[in-house]
Amino acid sequence: MTTHYLVLSGLLFAIGAMGVLIRRNAIVVFMCVELMLNACNLAFVAFARQNGNLEGQIIAFFVMVVAAAEVVVGLAIIVTIFRTRRSASVDDANLLKY
Amino acid sequence: MGETITFWVLAVVSVGAALGMVFNRKAVYSALMLGTVMLCLAVLYAVQDAPFLAAVQIIVYTGAVMMLFLFVLMLVGVDSSDSLVETLKGQRVWAALAAVGFAALVILAIGNAVFAKEAGLASAIGQAGYIRALALLLFTKYVFAFEITSALLITAALGAMVLAHRERLTVRPTQKDLARARFLGGRPSPLPGPGTYARNNAIDMPALLPDGSVAEGSVNRYIARYDVEQGHLPEDPKLAEAIKHRAAVESAESAESVEEESK
Amino acid sequence: MESPAEIVQHTAGGMIGASWLMIAFPLLGAAILLILGRMTNRWGHLLGVAMSLASFVVAVLTFLELIGLPADQRRQAVRLYEFIPGMVDMGLLIDPLSISFALLITGVGSLIHIYSIGYMAHDPERRRFFSYLNLFVAAMLLLVLAHNYVGLFIGWEGVGLASYLLIGFWQFKPSAAVAAKKAFIVNRVGDFGLLVGMFIILATFHTLTFSDLGAQIAKSPPSGGAITAIGLLLLLGACGKSAQLPLQSWLLDAMEGPTPVSALIHAATMVTAGVYLVVRSGAFFFPPDSAQALAVSIVGAATLLAGAIIGCAKDDIKKGLAGSTMSQIGYMMLGAGLGPVGYAFAIGHLITHGFFKADMFLGAGSVMHAMNDEVDMRKYGGLRKFMPLTFVTFFVGYLAIIGFPLLSGYFTKDGIIETAVHHQPILGWLAVLGAGITGFYMSRMVFMTFFGEKRWEKDAHPHESPAVMTWPLILLSIGAVFLGGYLILSNRLMDFLAPAVGAPPLSERPEFDPFSTAGLATLALVAVGAGFAWVRYGRAEVPAVAPRGSFLTTFARRDLFGDALNESLFMRPGQWLTRFAVYFDNRGVDGLVNGLAAGIGGTSGRLRRIQTGFARTYALSILFGAALLAGALLLVGNI
Repeated sequence: MTTHYLVLSGLLFAIGAMGVLIRRNAIVVFMCVELMLNACNLAFVAFARQNGNLEGQIIAFFVMVVAAAEVVVGLAIIVTIFRTRRSASVDDANLLKY
Repeated sequence: MGETITFWVLAVVSVGAALGMVFNRKAVYSALMLGTVMLCLAVLYAVQDAPFLAAVQIIVYTGAVMMLFLFVLMLVGVDSSDSLVETLKGQRVWAALAAVGFAALVILAIGNAVFAKEAGLASAIGQAGYIRALALLLFTKYVFAFEITSALLITAALGAMVLAHRERLTVRPTQKDLARARFLGGRPSPLPGPGTYARNNAIDMPALLPDGSVAEGSVNRYIARYDVEQGHLPEDPKLAEAIKHRAAVESAESAESVEEESK
Repeated sequence: MESPAEIVQHTAGGMIGASWLMIAFPLLGAAILLILGRMTNRWGHLLGVAMSLASFVVAVLTFLELIGLPADQRRQAVRLYEFIPGMVDMGLLIDPLSISFALLITGVGSLIHIYSIGYMAHDPERRRFFSYLNLFVAAMLLLVLAHNYVGLFIGWEGVGLASYLLIGFWQFKPSAAVAAKKAFIVNRVGDFGLLVGMFIILATFHTLTFSDLGAQIAKSPPSGGAITAIGLLLLLGACGKSAQLPLQSWLLDAMEGPTPVSALIHAATMVTAGVYLVVRSGAFFFPPDSAQALAVSIVGAATLLAGAIIGCAKDDIKKGLAGSTMSQIGYMMLGAGLGPVGYAFAIGHLITHGFFKADMFLGAGSVMHAMNDEVDMRKYGGLRKFMPLTFVTFFVGYLAIIGFPLLSGYFTKDGIIETAVHHQPILGWLAVLGAGITGFYMSRMVFMTFFGEKRWEKDAHPHESPAVMTWPLILLSIGAVFLGGYLILSNRLMDFLAPAVGAPPLSERPEFDPFSTAGLATLALVAVGAGFAWVRYGRAEVPAVAPRGSFLTTFARRDLFGDALNESLFMRPGQWLTRFAVYFDNRGVDGLVNGLAAGIGGTSGRLRRIQTGFARTYALSILFGAALLAGALLLVGNI
């Protein structure tokens, strides 16, 4: 069964990555990042069972904590940007360039 | 067998929901689809002997994080949907290609690997029990990491407050200031309520004043704009004119406020 | 052959122990005048003269103490202090050779100092002039007194510096500035030879001290290529300093300096440093038939002719005297190249030349002083009635230099010529010919200046110079009359110098013979030359503008094409080289560097377009990278 879970995890990760690349709404981009993190967690949990070892679950737990922190800060940044630019599009924040 | 069925059902649902999240134009729907995926994953955790993670997944992700997402979406504007036009040349094609290629490679790698029968967590849990075993790891071997995450969370909370905080640049107006401003302005009285002398009770119909003229201020300007955009105008030309006028005032004001913000 | 005496370390104090005061006095004078600057303007010249005179007094006292010692004790080395640890101590060598030079330098130098008070009276920079003169005297004394080559070299460079400063003293004149630079650069060539020669000495003998060198050479007389190389390189140094062929070109231009400078540095003392070097390094030019000694004689003979020919064609009185100086130093080099048998005559001629040439230079200065600094002899004429003292002293110097019987030059020059005819007949007869030419050009100079019709400019009012200028002239001319006979007759100078430079074996000991073939031939040729000059310049009218003259005249006027030769051989190729280097630098090096920079700049300008500012583009490249990485790992089979 581990193979199945891993394939599912890989598929979700790839879908999330594609979403990051395609979507312009910063909030949706963030959701896609969360999806990628969740896909990783699935792989960790599957490996934990495969290897008979709880550390995978512990790492998944830590990933969740970090993801929560990231969401808090990221969304705060999005709100701040939106407040000044009236836009949540990642393409609009492109001043840092050549 | 039960696990297999659960997996296949949830796998199909979660992949479908993930695709839906990516391809749905409306951000709220995307958020709901993400919630679906997370719930599916929570069940898959539970199936894989990780009930604690399943619970945390539901509480932290579907509960807190998704709520935060929706909250911010509401703040930013629910109706702001992405346009379908891709501005970056070739971005979609290349993104799809890269994602498909990456997925193919990962699947190929996993397919090539030969796994033994999974060991199961029985030996890892041992006599202590699942939660105790987790706690034992978390508070002994990973105690430093755990403590550092607490620092991280506090920092993140502070960071969010700092980022979202807006400095007040002017003195907060007092009741007296507000009253003075109101009496100096064009209309000291409150706006007329809708429906006075009305001939129907719809909220988007302007009220009539005692002299029979139309009270423009009685219609909410957002509703007026919506009516104009959707073409829901009353047949009475006098009322329709008032609503259009009201909508024009609203769009001018919003443009002004955007300008002010950008300054 | 009698070899030089051994050098003894001087231990007792006395005047020899305090001989460093000779250098210290003028050095102190120069330091005071240069450091205190304008504050000393009023009395600076007096201090300069006092310091020079003090140095002269010390020299005389040292000399008296030295001749009080027995002959084999007359080489006293005085150690002063450790200079380069483990290699060379600073110290002085007081011996007959160095004390002769010291007496000449301080004696003639003091007279010229005194003369300069009058000559430079109207120059606002007189104080600076005296500080340079003092500096020169100090450096020149260090040159001749140092007991090792390092000290000699310091003095050598010091006099070069003083010469540069004094030639360019009127640096507002572009010609003076250029002449100073020319002297400095040409001297560098000679200094290079001296320096490399010192290196080879150090490598061969592991010492640069005269006493150690003498001891080593006495133990095992050196021979072989290294000695030849040392000799030729030292000769190159001597040629640079003494304006011998082929490094003669700077001396004529050096006449841009004030006349006392020309008299002191470029006639009496500094230019004779080359002769001193050759005589002092006698061991490296031994035996007299070795290649390097022969080279010295040949250089001397060639230069004495070249200088004489140049002297014939110059209308500038100072340049004529400069050509004559070249020629006379050529005689000295010829004598020095003959070995111990010629040293006494070379040094003797050097000393007497110091007197009569300084006398004539100062006389020329006196004339110029009277004629509004006019130097063209074609604008003089008939001056003997207006400047009787100057005329008499100049005329005495003239008689001395052409070798008029019983005057100084007669004894010393005749000595050189006779010794040369005896040992190197060809060179000797060339020297006889040179003496004849000397008779011509010196007579020409005297006739054009003091005899004949007045050809003055309208505003010229010649007058006799003040006493402060004429007294040095008188004293110098007395030396020019009597010194030669005193030194040469009964070989006084030869016996005095013998402890320092060695002496010829008794069989070759020259005896003065007034009726030798060469002597009579010399006198005859001089008489012919002087007579020819009388016909051309004394009796006949001298045109105010120089006639075009034959090719030979042009040849001589243009310094035997020495400058043209230098320019075409060294200057032009050097300019081409620098032009090529500049071209190569501009096109090649700069092109490469700039091209590289432009290439990198251009590439960067295009590459920076990749930085679009769109986060999604960056994310795409990250994903591609991750995919590539995964693919690569799969390929190598690590997954």
